[in-house]
Formats: sequence, C-alpha cells, structure tokens
Amino acid sequence: MAEPTIVAAGRPKLRWNVALAVGAGLLAVTAATAVIASFTLVGAAEGLSPDTNRPMSADHWLGTDAFGRDLLARALVGAQSSLVMALAATALSMVAGVLIGTAVWVVPRRVREAALRMVEIAVSYPELLVAVVLAAILGAGRWQLVLAVGLANIPATARLTANLGAALHQRDFITTARLTGVPGWAMIGRHLLPNMAEPLLIQLAATFSTGLVAMSALSFVGLGVQIPDYDLGSLLAAALPAIYSRPVEVVGPALMIVLLSVAAMLVGDGLAASADPRLRSAQARSALVDTSTRAAEPTPDAVVGVRDLVVRRGDGAPLVRGVSFDIGRAEILGVVGESGSGKSLTAMALARLLPDGLTAEATHLQVAGMDMRQNPPRRDLATGLGLIYQDPGTTFNPALRMATQLTEVLRVHRGRSKAEARKIIADLLASVHIVDPARLLRSHPYQLSGGMRQRAMIAAALAGEPALLVADEPTTALDVTVQAEILRELARINTEDGTAMLFISHDLGVIGQLCHRVLVMKDGVVVEELTAEALRAGEVAEPYTRMLLDAVPKLDRSRAVR
Amino acid sequence: MTRSFLARRLGGLAGTVVVAVVLTFVIVPLIPGDPAVSAAGPDATIEQIERARTELGLDRPLAERFVDYVGGLLQGDMGHSFSLNAPVTDVVFGRLPFTAGLAFASLAVVLLVAVPLGMAVGVLTRGGRRRWLDSAFGYTTAVVAAIPPYVMATFLVLVFAVSLQVLPPAYSRSRVGISLVLPLMALAIPSICFIARVVRRETAVVLEQDYLRTARGWRLGALRTYGRYALPNLLTSTLTLSGIILIGMLGGAITVETVFSWPGLGLGIVNAVTAKDYPLIQGIVLVLAVLAAALTLAVDIVLGLVDPRVRHG
Repeated sequence: MAEPTIVAAGRPKLRWNVALAVGAGLLAVTAATAVIASFTLVGAAEGLSPDTNRPMSADHWLGTDAFGRDLLARALVGAQSSLVMALAATALSMVAGVLIGTAVWVVPRRVREAALRMVEIAVSYPELLVAVVLAAILGAGRWQLVLAVGLANIPATARLTANLGAALHQRDFITTARLTGVPGWAMIGRHLLPNMAEPLLIQLAATFSTGLVAMSALSFVGLGVQIPDYDLGSLLAAALPAIYSRPVEVVGPALMIVLLSVAAMLVGDGLAASADPRLRSAQARSALVDTSTRAAEPTPDAVVGVRDLVVRRGDGAPLVRGVSFDIGRAEILGVVGESGSGKSLTAMALARLLPDGLTAEATHLQVAGMDMRQNPPRRDLATGLGLIYQDPGTTFNPALRMATQLTEVLRVHRGRSKAEARKIIADLLASVHIVDPARLLRSHPYQLSGGMRQRAMIAAALAGEPALLVADEPTTALDVTVQAEILRELARINTEDGTAMLFISHDLGVIGQLCHRVLVMKDGVVVEELTAEALRAGEVAEPYTRMLLDAVPKLDRSRAVR
Repeated sequence: MTRSFLARRLGGLAGTVVVAVVLTFVIVPLIPGDPAVSAAGPDATIEQIERARTELGLDRPLAERFVDYVGGLLQGDMGHSFSLNAPVTDVVFGRLPFTAGLAFASLAVVLLVAVPLGMAVGVLTRGGRRRWLDSAFGYTTAVVAAIPPYVMATFLVLVFAVSLQVLPPAYSRSRVGISLVLPLMALAIPSICFIARVVRRETAVVLEQDYLRTARGWRLGALRTYGRYALPNLLTSTLTLSGIILIGMLGGAITVETVFSWPGLGLGIVNAVTAKDYPLIQGIVLVLAVLAAALTLAVDIVLGLVDPRVRHG
C-alpha cells in the first residue's frame, strides 16, 4: 500500500536529481526565452509584412505565416502568454484547493463529510470537460480561460490536500494541538501546511503542467483566447488547416507545448523522487569477513552443510561474515541473535531466496544433497526444502484463495491434479489441527487468524515432503498461546517424520524449548555454539549469550528452564 | 459480491447523477449578462432574442424551469438544439457511440500494451538490475506521457497522413474503421506511457512483498510466479487508474475529435459552445458526466470482483 509521503517535522531538504535538474533547467531556459521574446520580438510576431509564407531561412528560422509574421517569434510570444495564464490558473487552483483541503479538517465532522463527498464527485468529472463547461458559462477570452481552467483544477488539489490531512489527522501532534484548543487558522498554518509541503510542491508542478495543457486545449478548439490575441493552443489550431501545404507552421507551437509540459512533468517527477526515502542511498558499513574458520570437513550424511558462508550487499559490504554449520538428520538447529545479526540472511542464503541486491558465496553449501552454489532444478528445490516465514499476515497473496496457493507445489512439481492436491493439503491441514480444512481452503488469507495462516503455511511447507524445514521466526508475530501451539506442531513433525529444521528466532526461551542445538549469531558471525541442555542450564561462555539470556522475561525463562 | 457493497456503490452513482443534473441545469442561470442575447447571436433582431428567451424558458421562474428540466429528463427529453434544429436527445445519442467506441478501443489498446510492458520492465529492473533500461524507460515514457493528445494528434497527422500518406487525416463516413486508427493512437500513446510507468512502479513494490518471496520459495518458474502471484496484485491499482484514464479520455476526446472531425460528443460540445447552443451543451455534459460516473462504478465493481478486500473494506 502506497502511503502518502509525510515528513513529520522540520523543513524537508531538497535533494537534486537528474529529472529535477533537467526539468527545472528546461523550464527556466524556455520561460526566460519566452519572456525576453515578449519584450523584444513583439514587432516580428505581430507586425504585418509583405514577406508572406516564407520557408525556413536564416532571417526567419521557422519561416513566416500568411500575413508575413515570423513564426518562431509568434511561438515564443505565444509561449509567454500561455505561461503567464498557466501560472495564474495554477495559483488559483492551488490556493483554493489547499484552503478547501485543509479547512475540512478544522470544521465539524458533518460539514467535513459533506465537503469531502462533493470533492469526490467533482474529481470524477473529466477536468477538461469541466473547463469547457466553465468556458461556455464565462464566454471566450483570456481571463475567462484562466478562470475556467483554474476552477476546473481545484478539486484535484483539494482532494490531495484532504487526503494528506487525513493522514496527519491521526498523528499525535495534531491530536495534541486539537485538544489544547489551537484555533482553526493556526492549526492549518502551523501544523497542517508545513507537514504537507513536499507533496504539495509535487502537486504544484502537476497542476501547472495540466493547467498549461488544458488551457492550450481550450484555445486549440477555439474556446479560449480569441483573435487577435493568441497563445500556444490557438497558434497550433491556426496552423492545422494548412498542415498539407505548410507543415512547418505546426512545429513552433507544438514544440513549445511539449517542451513546457515535459519540463513541468520532469520537475514533478524529480521532486517526487527526491521526496522518496527509498531512493536515498544508505551508508556503506565496512566490516571484515571472518576467515578463521574452525569448522571441520563437512559431515557427509548431514542434511545441511554450510562452510564459510558470506552474504554481501551490492556495494560489497558483508552482512554475514563466514558462517559454518551442519544440520544432521532429524535435528533441529536453532539460530538466535538480535535483529541485524545476519540470522535470517543465513537462512535465506541457504534457501537461495536472498532479497534482490544481495549475493552469497561459500566454500560449501549443501542442502538435502543439492549443491546450492550451483543452480539446482526447481523441482528439487521446491520439494527438498519447505519454508515458513515470520509474519503469516503478509506471506500469502491477498488476491488469491488459500486453496490455489497451498496446492501450488503439489500441482506444479508433483504433477497432482487439482482435486488430488486439495485432498492432500486438506489432510495436512487436519494433521496440523485445522478444524475445518475445506473452509480454510475456500477462504482468502484476510479471512483467517494469524494462527490459522501459520498452520496453513506449515502445511504448505510440508506438501513437498521436504528433508529440511527452514522456519524464519515463525512464532514472532503470534500471541503466546498460539506460539506454544505452533511450536508443538513443529516438534511433533520433527519426531514423527524426522524432518530436519533450521529454526531462526530472537527468543532464547522459544529456541531452548524446541531445538537440539543452538548457534548464537552477532554482527554476521557465529559467536557461540551450544547444546539445548547447556542453554537451558544457563551454561554459556559468551557474555553476549549471557546478555540475551538475561533479556528473556522471567515468565518465559521459567518455562524454558522447566 | 455482497449486496451492501453494490448498494453503497449504486448510491454513490445516484448521488453523482443528481449533482450532474443540478449542475447542468445551473449552467444557463450562471451565464453572466442575458443568456438570450448570447444565444440568439450578435446580429439577432429583438424578436429572435425574445424567441430564444422563450425557448430557454428565461421568462419563467427558476424553480418552475428546474421542475420542467427534471421532468423532461425523466421522459428522455433534453430540450431542443437551436443550432441543429433537432431534439438534443437525438443529437446526443447519435454521437455517443463514436465517443464511447473511441474511448473504449483506446483503453483496450492501452491495457494490452501498457500492463505487459510495465511488468516486463519492472521485472527486468528489479532490485537495481539494468539501470540503463530503467533510465531509458523512465525518460522516454515521461516525455511521451507529457505530450497532450492534441499535439500527439497533430504529430500523427503530420507523419501518417501528410508525409507517409497511409492513413486518412480525418473521419470519413465510408472508412470508419481505418479513420479510427489515428484518433485512437493519439489518445492511447500518452496513456500507454502513463500506465506503463505506474505498472512498472507497482511491479517493483509487489516484487518486494513477502507473499512473492513465498511464491519464489515454491519455485514455480517466472511465468507462473509473475503471472499468478504478481499480476492480480497489480490489477487493483492498474484498474483504478484505468478508470481515471478512461474518464480522462472523455476529456481528451474533446480535442482529438476536433483534430480528426470525429463526429462524437467531444466535437459536439465544442460546436455547441461555439454556437452558444445551451440546451445541447447541457445534454452533452449531462451524458458525459453520467458516463464518467458509470465508468467509475464499473471500475469499482470489477475491483470488487478482483480484490475481495475492496468489497469488505
């Protein structure tokens, strides 16, 4: 879900980028040229001369029209006229739109809802149609055109501002201001507007662009400025009837419209990109790779064998710095550490599912007989290891029914028919204690509880009868009772089917309950390896592990020590 | 589809239609000066002005005229066009198929081209891959999307009608199909670029979602992963935008139809405003407004079908 960009407090800093620089440069140069032309070239643009219908030449770069007027000069002076009108219309749309959009947040709720409703309806009409109707009411002419287009663009800005206000409305500082009785105008000026500056600036560029285009459109169809007055739209319209005999006449006005509209749009895009925090470059953090591996030769019959695993960011900075471990048959290996310790990346590297931009290397990386440094066949990957993720709320596709998603591996990789796959999954769901599997299969993810979704995830992971289950914080997003149930399911699967597991968690209590062996990770390296018994007895050597152990709440600890 | 969802949306449509009826009615009373003088034209005699006054009903009280206006609409009577000397209803419904056909054909072309294009670029440039493609696509589409339809139309006429002489520059009654090509391109090309940009951005967002990692974990292959797990989640935003685009096309039709003498409602309203034919303006605006509202409703319903969260939200 795209949330509107909100900068909480302080002035947003403008970050230049290519689009912004090119757009602003283009706009500035074109506008400056047009303004200078409007002072120096009016004679050439409007004075009649006997040099009619001349082709392009050194004197007349774009030739002359049927009255001997210089076409380039007309295009430039017309551009100045369009620019001035567009600026006036933009000012009108923005001021009125922002006023309406912010005012709705300081008036009583009932008035606000009615006003928002009207704005919604107003935006649903094509803005050019509204401008045409307004032009019909106001008549043709220069100021009528400004008024028509300016008024037609108000609803769009009002809606954007109202939406931005809605996001701010929920925030603490606005609530505080409201409760302390800050008056309406001060609320708008001091609290709402400064926090909308960035999106409104983007909207300003967009409004200018659409305003210029709409105005030229009205003049183009003959409802805007009237002869002898002219702007870019009317110049283009005047050139059109002669397009077969003198095609060059359309070049000037067409080019100026495109130039100005593109420049304004680039400025808008550039501002949007500069406001997007995702595009801000992250600081590179340098760290050394731990090459002093003490791990022995890989155990031949292990389900998983990892030696010297390094995961790097795109800029080469290592996030996992030389990790080695084995997982034996029917063994549950726990990996524990704080967020950022590299435990999830280790698991994802093992499953060949690293996020984009990250790369893994290792001297040995083997899962269920597959060399994961090569590119194992998809079928082997899908059935060899099953995956369970942290937040069951986001791991299923919200647009698809559970049946479609859960049966995917069976249908694609095991060649099962839809009905067969459904039957197998229903049995698996029953085995993880889903009461009504048929109903779950008919549901969409949002209709299920977190616990049900996580059970479904486990069923999906088991569908391929994998040799290894990778569970990345599978209980973190669940409440405590559900957590215990899920852990019980995993322990049962391990004892009944002998499935090996890599279990990632930041919770030592959970790890101690379920796992046979535990790796403690910090800053991308393994700092300690323990048996579950040692962990439960509190026999740890590393101060970091001791710290993690002390961080476990007493209640959990007593359960873990049991 | 739940009944309350439909009821809510239909209620919204009814509201929009009522507002459109009121707004089209107030066009005439809002005209500054004497509408009868403007309607009768600059060289009109006193009798002609008075006749226009009677025809527009300006000699009667506002409330009575409104009741008449609504009553007429309910019977399918939108008044009489003076410039064409014909019932407005006949003129409007004679022109409607041309605009609707042009807009829907353009939208179909836009979606068929823009969605695969945007997705392909989104997938190819995911996680910072192929920066050159990202920039090339970004700048080309930004520039083309910023070209207004009437400039695009002029350019297309210059290339395909004047230089290459392969397509007709204007509507021709005997060759409707072939004369549709240029107006369609003029409307579609800028929108293709706009929608493709949105789809590309949405693709990048969807590719980062947890559920896509889940699908990747099932190793389904590119086609199935993107087609089944990314596409439906792109459709919500794409469809929402298509509604906006289609409504924008009704506006774009005003200029594009003028360039190509395309006998639709867009050209119709331009002629009506030029002729100050107020009943015809009211009729066309009302039909376009209702059409826009109906399209918004259609998009909402399709969204409800595609994305179950919309119906319950």
